[in-house]
Amino acid sequence: MIRHLLSIKDLDPEGIERVLATAATFQADGPRIMRKYPTLRGKTVVNLFYEASTRTRTSFELAAKRLSADVVNFSVSGSAVEKGESLKDTAQTIEAMGVDAIVIRHSSSGAPNRLAGWVSANVINAGDGMHEHPTQALLDLYTIRQHFGSFSGLRVAIVGDIAHSRVARSNVWGLQMMGADVTLVGPPTLLPPRVEGWGVETTADIEAVLPKADVVYLLRMQLERGTGGTVPTLREYSRLWGLDAARATLLKDEALIMHPGPMNRGVEITADAAELPRSVITDQVANGVAVRMALLYLMLGGRDAREEVPVE
Amino acid sequence: MQRAVARIAHEITERNKGARNLVLIGVLTRGVHLAERLADRIESIEGTRPATGALDIGLYRDDIGMRDPVALAPTSVPDIDGRVVVLVDDVLYTGRSARAALDALIDLGRPKAVQLAVLIDRGHRELPIRADYVGKNVPTGRNEEVRVKIKELDGEDGVELGTVDEAAEEAAR
Repeated sequence: MIRHLLSIKDLDPEGIERVLATAATFQADGPRIMRKYPTLRGKTVVNLFYEASTRTRTSFELAAKRLSADVVNFSVSGSAVEKGESLKDTAQTIEAMGVDAIVIRHSSSGAPNRLAGWVSANVINAGDGMHEHPTQALLDLYTIRQHFGSFSGLRVAIVGDIAHSRVARSNVWGLQMMGADVTLVGPPTLLPPRVEGWGVETTADIEAVLPKADVVYLLRMQLERGTGGTVPTLREYSRLWGLDAARATLLKDEALIMHPGPMNRGVEITADAAELPRSVITDQVANGVAVRMALLYLMLGGRDAREEVPVE
Repeated sequence: MQRAVARIAHEITERNKGARNLVLIGVLTRGVHLAERLADRIESIEGTRPATGALDIGLYRDDIGMRDPVALAPTSVPDIDGRVVVLVDDVLYTGRSARAALDALIDLGRPKAVQLAVLIDRGHRELPIRADYVGKNVPTGRNEEVRVKIKELDGEDGVELGTVDEAAEEAAR
């Protein structure tokens, strides 16, 4: 298994399949996911979160604890980062205490890659700037596979703020690897630069895409990353690209509605659309724990990574 | 193999005075098929079929961190509280799998008793564990390999004895 998960591209299709199949064993019978396994006793996982997070941090914490790893939650407020400590110094301080994995979220794209070069622990990217969020993609892939069984030929429409979205990047690459067709939907100002090279279709017309889609994946408008300046008003965005219950009737019967959370209700998705039976938004959250357990098992359950570091 | 399964089925019912309160739990992968066959046999003897289950021990192994992670499989085990559980495995060797299976089982409930049934006991125990029911004792060397073949998985029933190239296995590890 891989040493670090910095990008979904660190995995190949077999690797993704291995994570998803392992995750499925944790959910195979209901009570099993609720239980605790001795597997990672003595291992320590640090959640190093430089950005706010509810579900990703909690999900990683639960996943690690259910495998009996020790978890240290490090958040920037109240830490030496407020005194100006650099990422490198913080990482080396944490490493010196002896940790096996660092789960990092950072507002700067590429921070996990830098971190991986400084420490011998396994590094897992839990979201870096506008770059990637590979574990979100894995749990989304898991949720899609749960409903459709496979990916080949599935049509997935990703709607909204693609330019600022790390979720979109990881999902596009993950879905493509697994054989799904991806269409990006949104105003041209929210499409990323050089999107032509992504190998996806793009369109501004959501109502043309919905009837053909097997999955409609709505992205959060990332107001904190400057989305506000790219559309005239959020109301107009919502009217043209948001999903409400009326627009959801254009979907096929078996199509799924997904959203990575947290939702801006009334902007990219209305409350009634989010609560339709075809919405699997809470499934995504539940599946996140199983997927992260699988990943921690596969990454930390092998031979001690620290012993394999070549002397430089 | 059929005769061994039939004999173990008789021994289980004799010792437990019937099939009531009995749960047969196979250790994945081949143990599960053996447990199903034992349950069929017991049904033909007693008229009632004991409950069966499948136990994956991957998360309980004692060599985690020493080798690549083993592939996991789904566990599905019926209610075991207060019942007599017969753990079923294909080969008993070092006893480490049986130890892991006991731990996994005890995490799932509190059985009245746990018994161990194996098709082949090949010796070389490293833990104080013994089987209650043995299909056949097969004396082996440590450099040998015992492979149980099950019709459902391998196309035929049988037991194969082979020699392991230890150097190659060490390299594969």
